[in-house]
Amino acid sequence: MPVIQSQVAEEVHPDVALVARAKLGDTAAFEQLVRQYERQIFRVAQHITQNREDAEDITQDAFFKAYEKLDQFQGNSKFSTWLVRIAVNESLMRLRKRKTSRTVSMDEDVQTEDGSIPRDFAEWRPNPEQLYGQSELGEILRKTIQGLPPGFRTVFTLRDVENLSTEETAEALGLSVPAVKSRLLRARLQLRERLSRYFRQTNEGAKP
Amino acid sequence: MTCTEFLSKLDDYFDGKVDADVLAEVRAHVKKCSHCEVVLDTTRKTISIYRENEVYEFPEELRERLHAAIMKKCSKAR
Repeated sequence: MPVIQSQVAEEVHPDVALVARAKLGDTAAFEQLVRQYERQIFRVAQHITQNREDAEDITQDAFFKAYEKLDQFQGNSKFSTWLVRIAVNESLMRLRKRKTSRTVSMDEDVQTEDGSIPRDFAEWRPNPEQLYGQSELGEILRKTIQGLPPGFRTVFTLRDVENLSTEETAEALGLSVPAVKSRLLRARLQLRERLSRYFRQTNEGAKP
Repeated sequence: MTCTEFLSKLDDYFDGKVDADVLAEVRAHVKKCSHCEVVLDTTRKTISIYRENEVYEFPEELRERLHAAIMKKCSKAR
C-alpha cells in the first residue's frame, strides 16, 4: 500500500551544497560562490563607500573573511545574506576610517525628518531616463544617492538595487524589520525629491 | 486614509503585501489626492530607475582581476 507523503520536500538553496563542500576544503566550490556573488558584493561596497578603490579592497576582504569564517556559518540565513552582512560591516568600517571626525553607523541621521515629507509634487516627464545620455544619467543617479546618509543609502541599495527582502536586509544590517522599513521609506522619498529636480515637468521644457 | 497613513503603507504597497481593504483605501486616496498620486508614481519611477540602470560599472577586466586576487588570498590561507 502506498504511503501518502504528507511532507513536501523543502526546497534547498543550491548554495547549501556549495558551502558544505567549501567547508570541507573544496576550493572549487568556494570559487563558484565567489563567482556568483562578486558583482553583488562589489556593488554593495561601492554604493556604501562611493569609492571604487575601497570597494575593490572590501570585496577582497569580505570574501577572504567569509572563507576564513566559513566554519562559523551555521546556515540559519542564506549564504548571500551572511556575505552581504560581512561586506556591509567592512564598508561601514571603511567609511569610519575615512571620516575620523564623525561616526558612521546604521543609526546615523535617523532622527532627522529632513526629506521625509514630500514637498515636490510636480509630475515627471514621460520616460525621464531618456532625457539624458547614459553617462549623464549615471552621473545624476550617483550624485543623488551620494547625498543620502550612509544608513539610508545602505538600506536602499540592499532592498531596491539588490532586491533583498525586508527580512534579509534586516538580517544583513542587524536592524529590526520596522527600522528597515522606516529607513527605506525615507531613502526612497529623499531620492524621489532629489531626482525630481532633473525629471520634473517644466513649463519651458528646459533641463534644470 | 490620510496622506501620512498613505505614506506608511507605501513600502508594503510596492511589495504587494497590503490586504485587499488597505489596497482599496490606497487607491481611493490617490484618486482624490493629486499630491499622493504624484508621490506614488514618482517613487515607483525612482525605484525602477535605480533598479534598471547600473549606477556603477563592473567591467569584465575588473571582475577578473578581483576574482584572481580573492582566490590567491584564500589559497594562501589554507
